[in-house]
Amino acid sequence: MSSEPRLVEVRRKVLKENDVRARALREAFRQAGVCVVSLVSAPGAGKTTLLEKLLAQLQPDHRVAALVGDLATENDAARLARSGALVKQITTGTVCHLDAAMVEQALVGWDLDQLDFLFLENVGNLVCPSSYDLGEELRMVLVSTTEGEDKPLKYPTIFNTADVAVITKRDLSQAVEFDAELMRGNIQRVRPGMRIVEVSAKTGQGMNELLEALKSRLSGFHVSQTA
Amino acid sequence: MHELSIALNIVDGVLEEAEQRGGVRVAVVHLRLGPLSGVVEQALLFAYPMACEGTPLEGSRLLIQPSEVALYCPTCQEELKPATLVDLRCPACRGLDSRVVRGAELEITGIEIVPSEVQV
Repeated sequence: MSSEPRLVEVRRKVLKENDVRARALREAFRQAGVCVVSLVSAPGAGKTTLLEKLLAQLQPDHRVAALVGDLATENDAARLARSGALVKQITTGTVCHLDAAMVEQALVGWDLDQLDFLFLENVGNLVCPSSYDLGEELRMVLVSTTEGEDKPLKYPTIFNTADVAVITKRDLSQAVEFDAELMRGNIQRVRPGMRIVEVSAKTGQGMNELLEALKSRLSGFHVSQTA
Repeated sequence: MHELSIALNIVDGVLEEAEQRGGVRVAVVHLRLGPLSGVVEQALLFAYPMACEGTPLEGSRLLIQPSEVALYCPTCQEELKPATLVDLRCPACRGLDSRVVRGAELEITGIEIVPSEVQV
């Protein structure tokens, strides 16, 4: 009998458990016909402000809700709740990202059938959220004009896992000498072909384009449901 | 910095796999790690021993095999290596419809188990 360790080949994703939960969530969201959009960005890029506007502007015609993640405080949920939408805060303690289990838990008691859009505002962080599938249909990465045009090159992974890039705070472009072409080019380098929308939640610039993109995603979603 | 969470996930996954195979102690864990996984090798190696403490993985080694990024370009109809990690356009035609096919791996590929009968 040998005391040598025995090598066993396995093939197991480290985040298997999260992936399994996320797949189940995605299936439940599709069954219920709710289009789930997550928002990721660095702290201060304007996720909550953008979401305030999106919730307010989608509400006349759509049933919307949001889950919002932060390490501490319920401030963001309180801000978003003013829109009249259904909002719940997820406080992660010291955890730097949302995961599928947190989303699952936060949704207990919610009737997904009553929703058209559900937004998941991740913890402000451009690194860790990239590893965790939340079951979302669309992942939006936000980058503001004040952060520097090379942000996508510094954090390629989060851009690579996202579906749409939203350049925020476009109203500050002049003050910070923002170079839109440079930023767009850098986004295309790390995520070739990615859709980019430039907005200012403050002035409303670009908001219609973003809203239309979301609405067309929802209607495409419903078509594929019935097909 | 979520490498401690990742290390804890590795320990949980390895324990489940090892138990199914009748091992009681794990000596080595082999992990394939892609540059686009969002996980930093050095930070993971730092967190790993802490995650192993008090488990049958305590004292085990984490062997990381880095993987390479590969793109598929539908225009060129072939798999290519990107020029750099921050330029994932097709290196041949510069097209924007290339997509990543490998390089985001974060998976356990092997475990070295000490069989239970040799435990004293």
